[in-house]
Amino acid sequence: MTNALELDRVEVVYDDFHALKGVSLAVQPGEAFGLVGESGSGKSTILRAIAGLAPVASGTINIDGQSLSKRRDKAFYRSVQMVFQDPYGSLHPRQTVDRLLQEPLAIHGIDDQERRIVRALEEVGLGTGFRFRYPHQLSGGQRQRVAIARALIVEPSILLLDEPTSALDASVQAEVLNLLETVRKARKLTFLLVSHDLAVVAHMCDRLMVMQHGEEVEQLLSTELSARKARQPYTQKLIEASTGFRR
Amino acid sequence: MSALLTVEDLRVAFHTRTGTVDAVRGVSFELGRERLGIVGESGSGKSQTGRAIMGLTPPHAEVTARKLDFDGIDLTNISARARRDLRGDRIAMILQDPKYSLDPVMTIGRQIVESIQAHEKIGKSEASKRALAMLESVQIRDPARVYDLYPHEVSGGMGQRAMIAMMLIANPQLLIADEPTSALDVTVQLDVLRILDQLVTERGMGLIFISHDLRLVSSFCDRVIVMYAGRIVEQLKASELNQAQHPYTRGLLDCMPRLGAADRHPLPTLDRKPEWAL
Repeated sequence: MTNALELDRVEVVYDDFHALKGVSLAVQPGEAFGLVGESGSGKSTILRAIAGLAPVASGTINIDGQSLSKRRDKAFYRSVQMVFQDPYGSLHPRQTVDRLLQEPLAIHGIDDQERRIVRALEEVGLGTGFRFRYPHQLSGGQRQRVAIARALIVEPSILLLDEPTSALDASVQAEVLNLLETVRKARKLTFLLVSHDLAVVAHMCDRLMVMQHGEEVEQLLSTELSARKARQPYTQKLIEASTGFRR
Repeated sequence: MSALLTVEDLRVAFHTRTGTVDAVRGVSFELGRERLGIVGESGSGKSQTGRAIMGLTPPHAEVTARKLDFDGIDLTNISARARRDLRGDRIAMILQDPKYSLDPVMTIGRQIVESIQAHEKIGKSEASKRALAMLESVQIRDPARVYDLYPHEVSGGMGQRAMIAMMLIANPQLLIADEPTSALDVTVQLDVLRILDQLVTERGMGLIFISHDLRLVSSFCDRVIVMYAGRIVEQLKASELNQAQHPYTRGLLDCMPRLGAADRHPLPTLDRKPEWAL
């Protein structure tokens, strides 16, 4: 079976800063893969490198067995979509939800816009009552639902999720995580999920990679993480830290 | 234990064009020399409660309280000047993100010296000596170097330690920490909490720890207040968190993914009842 997503020794260099130092990973179709690490560990840079938003210095990125060229084509952006952390910054403040959802359809020349927008809103649990609202009239959770709808409307096969719930309250986080799981099952999507929260990654993903200083620390199964069976001391330390303060 | 701070029926209201928003609606609690956690989601009024005690509510808001007493001083009824003398001296506050709460155009050392000099008549060299000693006590390895750095030159964890140093240098009796570690990485978060814990215990301060993270707060504090829609829905000992009664507290605890917990797909969500907000 070809991997849905494959990175081979990818390096990202900003001027004299080495953000990614040769990272390799493979994600199977329909799998949810997590990336965990502290700020500056390079986990978001991986997503940005895949999306073409970071300067890849060397290494290859394959989507469905096809190697990506430096300039991504339109088909790539249809099959790979991204959801960002901050639902306040990622939606255009002067566009209505309707306009926000039309944009990707117009870019990809997809017809039947009316029906697709209505369906996308229903799918993320918002309903058409939200269609002509502006982002400032929505709560953080509702905005993140719109961002997910915007990603799903072009029917991608891979979703890149960059801390999709870390700006949300705990109860809203649960709702958004449930929504993401539902759409993944319904559409057989492949997820690449970045989070600093080990519990969120263990809950959502099958496998994960722990990162530090732009390098892989280790890859492990979520079940191993939940059973606290990490091989590397750094992962142990992260697990320890996530259990809270101890005197 | 005599109370350091007594709050009775505290209310904060914002009058806007579209009507009055009651951010805090009748909050009462007492604080001794202990660690008290205030937990709630965004919009629950937890930060406005802290700000009202600190006297930092914006001028267009209306703050009322039957009693707001700090160590025998009636805070509802003192002049702005007396309030200013208390602030930063006997009551101090640590904010969430050191990136925004430190002055970007002043070195860290100068900011700490400034905060000493605001409350004491003290010579410059004496003040900088104390600032250096304080930086050392928040476990900054090379205090002399950090003293001369600007806030943008240090990491988030380092910035937050500098912030703690600045706030504790006047030896306040009450410290209000509003999400002091939410902007930090988990491992750094614990370091900062450990420093805070040690200083608070050593100096016998009262601490109000405001956070959205129920688990973190309960692992750090002695007592926890849970707020919802501007009111306290539950008060309990941190050690008895698992016996929480209110459905909101239980819901908050339940909806978080946990490492090592049984598979829960989908996660339980919070079913907000309108009567909670009554």
